[in-house]
Amino acid sequence: MNESLSLNARLYEQVALIRRTEEVIAEIYPSDKIKSPVHLAIGQEYICAAVIEHLKASDYACGTYRGHGVYLAKGGSLNSMMAELYGKSTGCAKGRAGSMHLVESQHGVIGMSAVVGTGIPVAVGYALAIKQKKTTDVVVVFMGDGATEEGCFSESINFAALHKLPILFVCENNQLAIHEPIDKRWATPHITQRVSTYGIPTKQFSKPDIFAIHEYVGEQIKQMRQGAGPCFIECFTHRWSEHVGPNEDYDQGYRSLEAAEPWRKNDVLITLGETLAPALRDSIDTKIETKIQEAVNFAEQSPFPDPKELYDYVYAK
Amino acid sequence: MSTPNSTRLLKYYEALNEGAAQAMSEDHRVFMMGLDVDDHKGIQGSTLGLVEKFGAERVFTTPLSEDAMTGVAIGAAMAGQRPIHVHIRMDFMMLCMNQLVNIAAKSHYMYGGTVQVPLVVRTMIGKSWGQGAQHSQGLHAMFAHVPGLKVVAPSNAHDAKGLTIQAVRDNNPVIIMEHRLLYSTESYVPEKPYVVEFGQSRVVEEGSDITIVAISNMVVEAIRAAELLSAQGISVEIIDPVTISPLDSATIEKSVDKTGKLLIVDNGWLNCGISAEISARVAESEIITRRVQVKRLGFAATTCPTTPTLENAFYPSPKSIAMAAMNLCNPQSSWEPNDAQCELAYQKQFKGPF
Ligand SMILES: Cc1ncc(C[n+]2csc(CCOP(=O)(O)OP(=O)(O)O)c2C)c(N)n1
Repeated sequence: MNESLSLNARLYEQVALIRRTEEVIAEIYPSDKIKSPVHLAIGQEYICAAVIEHLKASDYACGTYRGHGVYLAKGGSLNSMMAELYGKSTGCAKGRAGSMHLVESQHGVIGMSAVVGTGIPVAVGYALAIKQKKTTDVVVVFMGDGATEEGCFSESINFAALHKLPILFVCENNQLAIHEPIDKRWATPHITQRVSTYGIPTKQFSKPDIFAIHEYVGEQIKQMRQGAGPCFIECFTHRWSEHVGPNEDYDQGYRSLEAAEPWRKNDVLITLGETLAPALRDSIDTKIETKIQEAVNFAEQSPFPDPKELYDYVYAK
Repeated sequence: MSTPNSTRLLKYYEALNEGAAQAMSEDHRVFMMGLDVDDHKGIQGSTLGLVEKFGAERVFTTPLSEDAMTGVAIGAAMAGQRPIHVHIRMDFMMLCMNQLVNIAAKSHYMYGGTVQVPLVVRTMIGKSWGQGAQHSQGLHAMFAHVPGLKVVAPSNAHDAKGLTIQAVRDNNPVIIMEHRLLYSTESYVPEKPYVVEFGQSRVVEEGSDITIVAISNMVVEAIRAAELLSAQGISVEIIDPVTISPLDSATIEKSVDKTGKLLIVDNGWLNCGISAEISARVAESEIITRRVQVKRLGFAATTCPTTPTLENAFYPSPKSIAMAAMNLCNPQSSWEPNDAQCELAYQKQFKGPF
């Protein structure tokens, strides 16, 4: 994150980096070099970019199997992520994670899980540890709308609220769990209202307004660092790609391109980019392309793990 | 196989689908629930078309609430319905453990035989394309450990259908452990409803030099290994237990009494696994009258890696099976089959993502 840039430019840089990285992953995918299920968050990047902009290096962020954006926004190395997708020994988990379990402890990226909802209580545990250690750090945990159906979601929020833990819950509500719409999974769709009954601040963002999210979260995190306890936000959003894999799938019949149009027309990458001077935007774009190309080269040239390492890391030494 | 002959080839996923459809047709109490069973992919085809056939009241998706949904299925079963609860991966069944182990397995006994839980749980083991730690586990031994649960593992389309129908008719909780890579494999499947009985191991191939017991997709891998061994003059008897619990070990013991050599190839870890159980039964056997040599293969004692170089070393393969069998039969041999001969089509063709 380049502090000398304006807020708009910083946010744009983040959104563009995540978008272009995932687009390049999708381009590479048909070559079978990335033998890992990839869950792209194209169209949703602005949420993690807005939220994580407020985090310090010592804070924590936890994503899901759809976690490229959270990982990158929190400062995870792009080279290590790309190498991980390629299954290389230079990957962030040395080829043990693929795309679904990104981690980078050095930068406060909590290891991500592909079992829906499992990251939520673990993130609360990090927040508990922060409280016990009496630092001013905070945790942000991202989840989909589907994850809010798991029991551990409610159980975790209750505990975090009970103990006033420094954690922000961010629900990226794309209204789909794989192909199932939310009205086949929830009796009522009022996720935010439900959570507000735990007595914590909550807010719903129905539009892709990166600045509104950024502003609200900034205020909440400031108070959280002073002991105010947890907060929950729900951001309505739209997943452009298929649930898993490199393609779009509006032709599959479970959703329509027409319904997606309002979201695609208000693509934050474009609207945010338009607020920047063209020369500045170009220079950011050029830097990003170079960075991604370097990461791809790094991944391609890195070695695979040696089969001798098969039993490494089963138990900690 | 005690079932009518058939000349119709069906894929494994089609057989699962047909089994469920026929079970639902013959008994209106049967219904199917589970994440994504009614979407356009239909659990890799295995539930496709069922919602059209039987309607949304009998075939429905659920919230992402596996723990509670398992309890709901159990309650419905106790109340006289016959649910089939579907999970696209066995790993996700860890969320169901409490309900399955503490309620489903226990109720008939704990309530003095006054309650039954005719529940079917369908679930799938994943493999390759970076399934990794949380999409690859074969946890049958954990379930088989618990009295009150039945666990079956179809290795082919014929059994996939027959076990599904038997599971629905059974008055106990039954876990059907499928394998993702088997979904594309074909075998002869009769059109009419039929059952594959629980608790009967099947001799897949007869032989005289060594017994290989293989679980789930390891049957396919063992068959290839046996072909390679046969070219080396070694005659292999392959046994598919079909039912993990209750296990028919007598069939295995009789075979081992003939061959004196046993190789068990599991689709899970060795430690406290079904291969350990089979070994113990052979050691305790009253059928076997001779000295027996036993060897086991299974998942390496580590977490499933995503990267191919480590994944290749994680799983048993036709090559490692053939070499382990050769080593038991002829310890001096330095024979090694070439890699091309060991490649299986179902593995080569699988390109994920799940
Ligand atoms: C416990 C569990 N159940 C089911 C699955 C299969 N699965 C993977 S992603 C997913 C949908 C999750 O939807 P949501 O939480 O809204 O997140 P999104 O994928 O939309 O980002 C499901 C059902 C899983 N991984 N874990």
